[in-house]
Amino acid sequence: MTATARNLTFAFFALLVAGAVSPMVIGSARFPQWLEVALGGLLTGVLYSLVALGLVLIFKASGVFNFAQGAMVLFAALTLVRLMEKMPLAVALAATLAIMFALAWLIERLVLRPLVNQEGIVLFMATLGVANFLDGFGQAVWGSQIYTLNVGMPKEPKIILQGTFEGGVLVDMEDLVAAGIAAALVAALMLFFQKTATGRALRAVADDHQAAQSVGIPLNRMWVIVWSVAGLVALVAGVVWGSKLGVQFSLSQVALKALPVVMLGGFTSIPGAIVGGLIIGLGEKISEVYLGPAFGGGIENWFAYVLALVFLLFRPEGLFGEKIIDRV
Amino acid sequence: MIYRETGQFKTTYASDQQLFPILQDRVFVIAFLVFAFGVMPFIASEYMFRAILVPFLILSLAALGLNILVGYCGQVSLGTGGFMAVGAYAAYNFAVRVPDLNLLVVFILAGACATLVGVLFGVPSLRIKGFYLAVATLAAQFFIDWLFARVKWFTNDSSSGSVSAPPLAMFGHPIESPAQKYLFVLAIVVVFALIARNLTRGAVGRAWMATRDMDVAAEVIGIRPLTAKLSAFAVSSFFVGVSGALWAFVYLGSWEPLAFDVNRSFQLLFMVIIGGLGSILGSFLGAAFIVILPLALNQLPTKLGIGLSTAMISHIELMVFGSLIVFFLIVEPRGLARLWAIAKEKLRLWPFPH
Repeated sequence: MTATARNLTFAFFALLVAGAVSPMVIGSARFPQWLEVALGGLLTGVLYSLVALGLVLIFKASGVFNFAQGAMVLFAALTLVRLMEKMPLAVALAATLAIMFALAWLIERLVLRPLVNQEGIVLFMATLGVANFLDGFGQAVWGSQIYTLNVGMPKEPKIILQGTFEGGVLVDMEDLVAAGIAAALVAALMLFFQKTATGRALRAVADDHQAAQSVGIPLNRMWVIVWSVAGLVALVAGVVWGSKLGVQFSLSQVALKALPVVMLGGFTSIPGAIVGGLIIGLGEKISEVYLGPAFGGGIENWFAYVLALVFLLFRPEGLFGEKIIDRV
Repeated sequence: MIYRETGQFKTTYASDQQLFPILQDRVFVIAFLVFAFGVMPFIASEYMFRAILVPFLILSLAALGLNILVGYCGQVSLGTGGFMAVGAYAAYNFAVRVPDLNLLVVFILAGACATLVGVLFGVPSLRIKGFYLAVATLAAQFFIDWLFARVKWFTNDSSSGSVSAPPLAMFGHPIESPAQKYLFVLAIVVVFALIARNLTRGAVGRAWMATRDMDVAAEVIGIRPLTAKLSAFAVSSFFVGVSGALWAFVYLGSWEPLAFDVNRSFQLLFMVIIGGLGSILGSFLGAAFIVILPLALNQLPTKLGIGLSTAMISHIELMVFGSLIVFFLIVEPRGLARLWAIAKEKLRLWPFPH
């Protein structure tokens, strides 16, 4: 994380916190409406980060731009929802996880290993093929209706902090729980990457494939592991998104929501995926509420991309991405 | 034995630099064109024209345009569907608002509009590279989708959002029958393929390829990245815009913005990669593959007599399509055009192994 980017992020969030605290200090009783909007945006942003996280993990470790992440989210959610009809939640979760791990192993075996050393765009196209296959396979095996996924997430919005502000603050509890899950997941991933031997090996692979291989780190096994972790992230994202929107084909399109997030945060940075998600979620919500009417609505489809594009014009490698150094 | 250049001496620069330096290639290409123009219109069925030949030719043109950008200049774009939409709606507006305009002029103006938009969205390529650029071009795609769906002026205030092309005519002759449409599209595609071929083997094409191989090195030897990248975006968008206009006017007839959504962009990128990056022939092979494959997959279960629900067929179609993409990438990452080149190389040596 470069110093400028860190300072910018700090300044950004300090501003938000200051905005939230200022009514208490100056004695105004109402929680400002724009902050309520911003809070909703931030919570949605966390959900985008969940998908973006899977993309970043794989790109870091294997240099593959994994377009199949969205399809993996759909596949995981579909598998879970259909298994839950037959067995209790905990068993279904474990079984789905096992299936995702098997999938990771198959992808490494059948797609990545034969394509080793190919150009990035060829690998990207291969993951598009995998995405097509998974979309078809998931629906052929598990059916293509809309399923409701109920894992006990609270559904109703709730008004909190009524004591502090007049009228309280309206928060979508489902988003809040999801944000909590996301935070726990990120903390777990951080621990895994920083403290375990496997995590260290993964970071070595991410830094330099050849150097990692020359000190005896088995590349193929690392790829299976990182795709398994991405499968786990996909499962979590599938649970969260699935219980929010229902498990259906459009779930595989959440990848398109995650792309501007990784672009803005940088393809190689896990904190970038989080901060990027927050900024995109915030920008999208604020634009929807305050700019949407002027444009005639429906701008959320492209606004995130344009926002990310503007950031990229100033930092072409994203906020926290590795600095791109050109050498001849 | 049959295919080799032994005995074909080049005595002038012109003969050395001609389009197809080997006699057999020339004969083959001319025979193929004679067949496509003179024989095909009489032997193909109406279904063949409608479902295979016309879409194949139009998408080849779009793939050709995309190949100039991705294959020759190395700028990955996922906004092709959007640029096709610009061509289609520009052609529609010119045709509706200026009624007596010649159809060819309409198409060229449509291409020009797409060029403007393409260059505009190509500007970030000067700063953003690789996958970042690919994702950035998605901004173009989604913005253009939204624009044509929301701004009523572009659709001439049509209430449903879908628009219809006026009847096609050239110099007073109506273009109505499938065979006429086929010949019209074929003529345009041949001209554009010739232009692409000549552009890519000239100074412009060399500048593009140098930029693709390493843009910093290209800059060092005196190629301006600004002109190289933006000219690639301009030429590519022109091709794509014309193909979008053709797709709307000749193939669809009436359409809505959904016809040019992000899946079209991915489909075209598939064509370029499966066909072969940086190859004119590859654009055609890739387009043929992607157009014919779903049709074949769709009809296969019925032909084999397996009763499947339509939903199941579409799921299996997705699966087979996905696996075939991966399979082809593994077998030949450089595309079908590379297989063709290997075959020619082998033929030159045949019957000797080396």
